[in-house]
Amino acid sequence: MRHFLELYAALFRISLLANLQYRAAGMIWMLGLILEPVIFLVVWSRVAEARGEPIGGYDAQAFAAYYMTLMMVNQITFTWVMESFQQRIQLGELSYELLRPLHPVHNDITDNVAFKLVMLMVMVPALVVVYVAFDPRFDVTPRNALLAVAALGGAFFLRFFIEWTLALAAFWTTRVAAINRLYYSLVTFLSGRVAPLAVLPAWLQEGAANLPFYYCIGFPVEVLLGEIDGPAIARGFVVQAIWLALAAAVITLVWKRAARRYAAVGA
Amino acid sequence: MRQALEIIRVFFRIGFLNEAAYRANFYAQALESLVTVGTALGAVAIVFTQTDTLAGWRPEELVGLLGVYFVVLGVINLVISPSLQKFMEDVVTGNLDYTLTKPADSQLLVSVSQVQVWKLVDLGVGVVLLVAATVQRWGELGLRPAAAFLAAMVCGAAIVYSFWIVLATLAFWFIRIENILQIFWATYMAGRWPVGIYPDWLRLMLTVVVPVAFAVTVPAEALAGRLSPQMLASAAALAVALLAFSRWFWRRGLRRYSGASA
Repeated sequence: MRHFLELYAALFRISLLANLQYRAAGMIWMLGLILEPVIFLVVWSRVAEARGEPIGGYDAQAFAAYYMTLMMVNQITFTWVMESFQQRIQLGELSYELLRPLHPVHNDITDNVAFKLVMLMVMVPALVVVYVAFDPRFDVTPRNALLAVAALGGAFFLRFFIEWTLALAAFWTTRVAAINRLYYSLVTFLSGRVAPLAVLPAWLQEGAANLPFYYCIGFPVEVLLGEIDGPAIARGFVVQAIWLALAAAVITLVWKRAARRYAAVGA
Repeated sequence: MRQALEIIRVFFRIGFLNEAAYRANFYAQALESLVTVGTALGAVAIVFTQTDTLAGWRPEELVGLLGVYFVVLGVINLVISPSLQKFMEDVVTGNLDYTLTKPADSQLLVSVSQVQVWKLVDLGVGVVLLVAATVQRWGELGLRPAAAFLAAMVCGAAIVYSFWIVLATLAFWFIRIENILQIFWATYMAGRWPVGIYPDWLRLMLTVVVPVAFAVTVPAEALAGRLSPQMLASAAALAVALLAFSRWFWRRGLRRYSGASA
């Protein structure tokens, strides 16, 4: 265990230094991540203003709180392994990582955390701008805040496992771009990014509540803001736990088979 | 002018010949394009389950807007983005030397050197959306809106091209800034909605800093028959001004370039 902690400390130091070095590139990438929720926030605010009444329980200020929280949750849970794996496999970069006596997922985790820490210098000003521009109304109780932290932890690992597993598709096909696009599209509709679940058509709500994507992004947001009540929260935690266990099982299985398939460039 | 067209034709031919060997890429691209357009249309459909108009735009007008969005996306991905990315790499490696020794305009050569023919799918998807958006009112869609639409598209294309070439030209001063092109992609998705819905500060950014407004919203307004002649005139003026500026900027940048051995 101590050995493991030392390892993480070392990996984290390297990741942090690398991310500080290339911060400009990261900031440009952040633009898109920040802009998407702002766009949907604007769209739904306009719709709510035009109707003059709340939509699915959300008025303009509630939408602002929802999307501002979603921005934070998305920032904490997002990964880029699906993009990076293609390059790692096709250019053979993975060979070096496999030589280390350590599962490559650990380095991905420290990289992920380090990037997000460095990007706080973009995220914090962005949140301030959104707060000032859209005047959100937060109704957060201490109980909901605690529950939201737990939901967020589950969301982080669930999303990480799902995207890491999908990234492994690059071992079998060189055309992962189409797979990635399909996944992003599903996530957009089913995670609460296009709209809060309560605003979606009934059949989409039903699907989203049972699939894993909502539990990666939308669930912690709604728990924090008190948009769902006690029984729904309890049910949400159960569904999230089931998907988490499933995803952890699948990732172990797929990684074993994938690593065996790997043939570096030139082999 | 004739030589320029001939150069463009040759590069397209090479691009097609290169890609024709990998036909499976076409299906992958088709799947990608369909998913992207499905996502965009789905978002519009969800919004219109809750309302009849969005800031004065009817559903079919937003489909037209998405049509413009995908046509512009297609053109950029077809030739502008791959060519200018290659150009920026060439500045770093010094391979630009080979381009500069060719007896043709260097800005033209770097702008069309790479053609990804399968990206024509996005362009096709955009045209289908445009037709779908207007098919019901072809009878009333007179010559004037059609001409205004075409003019706005040409202006928008010129503005977007100038923007890209200016960003890419920065490579002469700063090495390792290929990420700068991402500024466009990060903000372009805002163009899936009319810029009129955004708050002033964001609209200003999407008009002045990144020309999403002129590239997508203005042509779509023309298609909806709402574009004022003054707006079209300012788009044309901006297009000419930006083309001239980017030309001047390119020449300045080129003077800084010192070749492979420097």
